[in-house]
Amino acid sequence: MASPESAVNGPTMTAGAASKSLRNAFGGVIAFIILVLIGVLAFSIRLFSVIKYESVIHEFDPYFNYRVTQFLSKNGIYDFWNWFDDRTWYPLGRVIGGTVYPGLTLTAGTIWKVVNSLNIPLSVETVCVFTAPIFSAFASWAAYLLTKEVKGPGAGLTAAALLAMVPSYISRSVAGSYDNEAVAIFALVFTFYLYIKTLNTGSLFYATLNALAYFYMVCSWGGYTFIINLIPMHVLLCIVTGRYSSRLYIAYAPLVVLGTLLASLVPVVGFNAVLTSEHFASFLVFIIIHVVALAYYIKGILSPKMFKVAVTLVVSVGLAVCCAVIAILIAVVASSPTKGWSGRSLTLLDPTYASKYIPIIASVSEHQPPTWPSYFMDINVLAFLVPAGIIACFMPLTDSSSFVILYIVTSVYFSGVMVRLMLVLAPAACILSGIALSEAFNVLTRSIKFQLPGIAGNPSIASEENGSSTVVAPNDIPKTEEAAKEKPAKKNRKKEKENVEKKPTPSKTEKRLLVLPLEASVIAVLLLVLLGAFYVVHCVWAAAEAYSAPSIVLTSHSNDGGLHVFDDFREAYSWLSHNTDVDDKVASWWDYGYQTTAMANRTVLVDNNTWNNTHIATVGTAMSSPEKQAWEIFHSLDVKYVLVVFGGVVGYPSDDINKFLWMVRIGGGVFPHIKEPDYLRDGQYRIDAQATPTMLNCLMYKLSYFRFVETDGKGFDRVRRTEIGKKHFKLTHFEEVFTTHHWMVRIYKLKPQRNRIRGKTKKSKSSRSVSSKRDVRGKRNPWH
Amino acid sequence: FPPVSFLSLHHLCLLLPSLPTDATAVRVLLSGDFKVSQAETRPGNDASDQLGAAAMEASLRAHRPAALLIFAFLSLLSVSSSAAQEIQILNAERRIDLSSQVAIVFLTLKVENTGKAAASDVLLAFPPTEAEHLAEVKAQAASGKKRKKTYAHLIVEPTDVPDAPNGAKGFRLALHNPLSPGETTTIEVLYMLTHSMEPFPAEISQSDPQLVYYRDSAYILSPYRIKQQTTFIKTPSTNVQSFSRVEPTNRAGMELKYGPYEDLPAYSYSPVLVHFENNNPFAVVEELVREVEISHWGNLQITEHYTLAHGGAKLKGVFSRVDYQSRPSASGVSSFKNLLARLPPRVHSVYYRDEIGNISSSRLRTDSRKSELEIEPRYPLFGGWKSTFIIGYGLPLEDFLFESTDGKRYLNFTFGCPLSGTVVDKLTLKVVLPEGSKDPSAVIPFPVEEHMETKYSYLDVVGRPVLVLEKKNVVPEHNIPFQVYYTFNPIFMLAEPLMLVSTVFFLFASCVAYLHIDISIRKG
Repeated sequence: MASPESAVNGPTMTAGAASKSLRNAFGGVIAFIILVLIGVLAFSIRLFSVIKYESVIHEFDPYFNYRVTQFLSKNGIYDFWNWFDDRTWYPLGRVIGGTVYPGLTLTAGTIWKVVNSLNIPLSVETVCVFTAPIFSAFASWAAYLLTKEVKGPGAGLTAAALLAMVPSYISRSVAGSYDNEAVAIFALVFTFYLYIKTLNTGSLFYATLNALAYFYMVCSWGGYTFIINLIPMHVLLCIVTGRYSSRLYIAYAPLVVLGTLLASLVPVVGFNAVLTSEHFASFLVFIIIHVVALAYYIKGILSPKMFKVAVTLVVSVGLAVCCAVIAILIAVVASSPTKGWSGRSLTLLDPTYASKYIPIIASVSEHQPPTWPSYFMDINVLAFLVPAGIIACFMPLTDSSSFVILYIVTSVYFSGVMVRLMLVLAPAACILSGIALSEAFNVLTRSIKFQLPGIAGNPSIASEENGSSTVVAPNDIPKTEEAAKEKPAKKNRKKEKENVEKKPTPSKTEKRLLVLPLEASVIAVLLLVLLGAFYVVHCVWAAAEAYSAPSIVLTSHSNDGGLHVFDDFREAYSWLSHNTDVDDKVASWWDYGYQTTAMANRTVLVDNNTWNNTHIATVGTAMSSPEKQAWEIFHSLDVKYVLVVFGGVVGYPSDDINKFLWMVRIGGGVFPHIKEPDYLRDGQYRIDAQATPTMLNCLMYKLSYFRFVETDGKGFDRVRRTEIGKKHFKLTHFEEVFTTHHWMVRIYKLKPQRNRIRGKTKKSKSSRSVSSKRDVRGKRNPWH
Repeated sequence: FPPVSFLSLHHLCLLLPSLPTDATAVRVLLSGDFKVSQAETRPGNDASDQLGAAAMEASLRAHRPAALLIFAFLSLLSVSSSAAQEIQILNAERRIDLSSQVAIVFLTLKVENTGKAAASDVLLAFPPTEAEHLAEVKAQAASGKKRKKTYAHLIVEPTDVPDAPNGAKGFRLALHNPLSPGETTTIEVLYMLTHSMEPFPAEISQSDPQLVYYRDSAYILSPYRIKQQTTFIKTPSTNVQSFSRVEPTNRAGMELKYGPYEDLPAYSYSPVLVHFENNNPFAVVEELVREVEISHWGNLQITEHYTLAHGGAKLKGVFSRVDYQSRPSASGVSSFKNLLARLPPRVHSVYYRDEIGNISSSRLRTDSRKSELEIEPRYPLFGGWKSTFIIGYGLPLEDFLFESTDGKRYLNFTFGCPLSGTVVDKLTLKVVLPEGSKDPSAVIPFPVEEHMETKYSYLDVVGRPVLVLEKKNVVPEHNIPFQVYYTFNPIFMLAEPLMLVSTVFFLFASCVAYLHIDISIRKG
C-alpha cells in the first residue's frame, strides 16, 4: 500500500511537508490529464465510422431510437409518454411511451435541448450520432472510479485506458451506433462504482446516488436485471463469508427500497419491478440482510448464553415462517406459464430454451452463443489477463475485490450464452486486466528499482521522503493516499523504462521478499508493454475495419483501388418516402421495419421490436406462400407495397433469401400448413434446379428473382453461387415498381383486385379449386 | 429580318449571368443602360471580347444617377401619352423555341408612330394563361443601319391596359427617345414561359417517348394593328404529331411557320395547338431555399434545399431496372438521372446530402474560373417522381463582399438556381447577415418580395438579421448578380470570442473559489 511513496519527484525536492503537498497536487493534475486524454481516446477511436463513411445513424435499432428522439425533440416529453405509434405494427400500432426504455432517448433529447438553448444549432441527428462516443468516455471514467475503489488509482487508470478501447464495447458505441447499450454500459459501471463506494465509506449520500444511478440504468436498458441480481449475490456472499457490516447494510437496503420504487416509475418496467422473478433475489436478500442485521444487533446486546437461547428460539420459529413464505412464493411462481421469467431471461438460465420454444429470439444472430474467436476478437488479450486479475483480487480479498470477482464470473457465464452479453463482460474484463497489469508493473518496476543501486541518486533525501510518507500514510487521509498513488500509475502505464533510469529507489524491507531477478523483471516489463501494444493495435484495427461500417451503406474496393459505394437501402427508402402516398403500408421482413419507418416514413406491418409473434408469423407465412395466397394475406392487411432485399446481383449475403428459412420456421410455428421440410430438398436449403416446387413458387423466391435472368442471361446468383432453378416466370398479383441500382432492394406493388366480370368468366374454369382453397384460407389467414 | 440579330441578342442574354463579378460589371447591370457596339458585325468574335467592350463603354458613359433621372423623366412623359393608339407595327416576327422545357420567345417588332404626338412607350400584351407562366421579359431597342446597329436596354414593367379584352395583361416598354410622328424603330423582346408545355398523354410507360402540347396563338397578341407578321415555332425533334393550320402554314423539319399574315387588327387571336415529342428532362425545382450566411471571419456559407420533381408525363405503372439498365436508349428517354450545378470558383467544403444522409453519387470539378458539381439524385427521376436534397458549400468572403464608397458593406452574389436547365417554381433566398449588422437593403434588377427575419446561430444573443427574398417562376436567365447593402461595426466580431473567454474564465474562477471556501457546516 505504501510502496507508491517510493516515487520521488525530482531533484527540486525540499523539505518534507511542502514538497509532499506539491507532489500530491502534481500527481492529481497528471492523473486528471491522463483521464482527460483517456476520454479523448475513447471518443476519438469511435469516430472511424464518421471519417470512413459519414455521420449517419447505423444499423436497425438505432434508427428506431433516432426516430423516437426526433419525436421527443419535436413534441416534448408529455406527448412522448403518450405516444401511440400508428406507423408500425399495422393495424395494431404500438404504444411507444410505455414499451421503450427511455433513458437513451431522454439523454440525447436533453443534450439537444441544452445545446440548442445555447443557440448552437446542432441537428437531432448529430446529437444522436455522437451520444455513444461521449458516453463511452464517461464509461471509461466510471471504470477508473470503480477500479480505484477496488485497487487504487494505478489500476483505475489502466482499467480506464483498457475500457476506452475494448473492441466489444466499441462494437456497440461507434459514432452513429445510437443504441441503448451505449449509455447503459456507463450506467452499469457507474452504479457498480457507487455501490462499492458506499460499501467502502458507509455513506448514505452515496447510497442515495447509487439508487439514482440504478434508476438511470433501469431507464436505459433491460440489462438492469443484471445489477439487481449481481448486487444481492454479492451481499449474500459477504454475509455467508462473515463479512457483514453496517456499511454493507447501508449499501444494500436503500438501494433495494429506493431502487425498486424508482424502477417502477419507468413505464416499461412498472409493476414488473415487484412481480417478476428477475427481481425476487433482491427481495429475498433484503429479508436475509435484515435478519442478519437483527442477529448481529441482538448478539451485541445479549450475553453469549442468552444469545444461544435466542438463536434456537428464532431459528425454530423462523424456519416455520420461511417454509410458509417459500411455499407461497413457489405456488405463485409456478402458476405463471413461464415461471415468472421473461423469454430472454429464461434463455440466459437455459441456453437451449430459445431454440426450442421461441424461434424469433433464436433467429437474431446476436442471441446466438459466441464462438471462441469472438472472444479473441472482442476482448483480445484481456482474456489472458483476467485470470491474473482474479488472483490479484484475492490478495488481499476485500469486500470490493470480491464484488469484482463475482462480476467477472457471472458475466463470463452470460457472455457464453449470448454474443450480445459480451458487452457486459467487457467492463469486467477491463477492470480485472487493469488490476492485473497494474499489479504486475508494480511488482516488476519495484524489483527493477530495488536492484539498480547505482541509479539511487541521493538516498538520504529519498529515505527521508520514505520516512515522512510512512508517517503520513497511517493517518489515513484519503486525499494524500490517492494522490500519492496516482503517481506510479502514470509511470506504470507510460514510463516504465524511464523510471528505471531516473528514479532513486528506496524500498521497504518487507517488500524485499517480493523482489524478482532484474533480468526477468526487465524482460517481463518489455513483454507486458508488447502485450499492451498488441492490444492497442488490435483495438484500432477493430474500430477502423470491423465495427465502423454503418451497414446501410456498403463499400467495396475495386481492383484499381477505387471505392465503390452501394447505397441501395437509402435509395429505396428515399424513393418510398417521396413517391408513395404517405399512408401506404409497406410489408417487409421485420429486420427492415425500423429503417422503413424512420427513413421512408411509411407504415410497416412488423418491425424489430418483435413483440407480436403472430403478426410476424403472418408476414412469414405470406412470404412463404404462393403468389395468390400471399396477395390475399397482404391485401387483407391493406398492404400496398412489398419490399424484399436481394443480394444475388452484387453478392450481398444477408439478404432475404438467406433469411428465408427463419420466415418459414416462424410462420410455421403459428400456421402449421407452412412446413419447413417442404422448402428443403433432402434437408438442404437450395434455390437451384434441385429446389422443391414449394420453394420455387413461394412469394419470396418470385419477388427476389423476377426478371433476374435477364441481367446475365443465365440467372447466376452470386450469393448462393448457383444458377437459379426457375428462370422465366411472370407475376400475376404483383408488379415491380422500383428496383435499386444494384438490385439490393426491390419494391413491388400489389395489383388491384380484378374486376368482377373478368372473375366470372374465369369461374367456370377453376370454380372447384377456388372453393376448396377458400376453406383452407380461412385457417391460414388470421385477418379474414 | 436578319437572323444574325437574333443570335446576338441571344448571346448577350445567355452571357449575362456569367459576367465577371467585379465592380465594373456591377455598375453595368445597375445602370440598365449600355450598348453592345457592332456586336453583329463581328459574328465570329469571341463572346468575351464583346462583353469587355460593352462593359468598358458602359462604364464610361453610364452612371446610376443619370439612369435614374432618365427613368423619372420617361415615366413622367409616359403618363401623358400612355393610351396613345397611334402606333402601328409594320412588321413583326416571332420565334418560339420549344426545344427545352422553357418556351423561349423572341419577338422583333418594327414600330411606326402614325399619330400626331410623340410616343414614348410601346405596349406588349399577353393572354392571361401566358402571363402567369411568364418568367422573364427583356426588351431592347435597335437603332442605326444594318451594319452599325446599336442596342439600348429598355425598362419593362407590368401595366394595366384599359381596353384589353379577356383580361389580357400588358407590359410597357419605355423608349429612351420618344418616337416622333412618322418615325420607325425596331424593338426586340425576349420572354420565357415556364410550364407552358402540357404532356399528352399525361401518363406514359417506361418505353414511351414524351409527347407534349403547346398552345399559343397564330397571330401575335398586340394592342396595335400589325401590318405583316410571321411566327416560327422550333420543336426539339422532327416528330410532330399534329399542329393546327392557320393558312398559310408550313412545316419544314423542326420548324413550323405560321404566316405571313397581312394587316391584322389589334388583339387578333387565333389559337393553335402543336403536339410534338419533347424528351428533354423537365427538371422542375418546386421549391428552392438558398441560405447565404456571411461570416466576417472570412467565409460565405451557402446551403441550398431543393425539392426536385420531374414535371413531364407521369410514369405509368412499372419501373423495370432491367429495361432501364440494358436498353438505356429505348427506355426512360424522358427521365433524367444527373444534373449539373454551376458554382462559383474557389468553392470549398462542398456537400451533397438529403435528410437520411450523404448521397455518394456526385463529382466536383474545379478550375480557376468556375466549379461544376455534377450530382445524381438517389434514383433516376421519371415523370411525376420527386426527390429532395441539400447542397452546401463555402466560398471565400473576399470574392463576394465589398465595401462601397459610403462606408457600407455590400454582398454581391448571384440570384437564381445554380442547377442548369431547371425551372424554379418558388425561390427563397435568405441572406443571413452577421450579428449586429444594420439597415440591410437589396438591389435586384427585377421585382422580388422582401421581408426580414431573425436567425439564431452559434452563440448568438440578439440574433442575426436575415433578408428574405422570394421570387416565383425563376429561370436560368435570373442567374445575375444582386447586391445586399448593410452597415456593420467590426467590434461585433469580437463578441462571441469574448463571451467564450469570459465563460471559461468564470468557470476557472468558480473552481478556485470552490476549492478555497469551506462550506461544510461541521467544523472539525
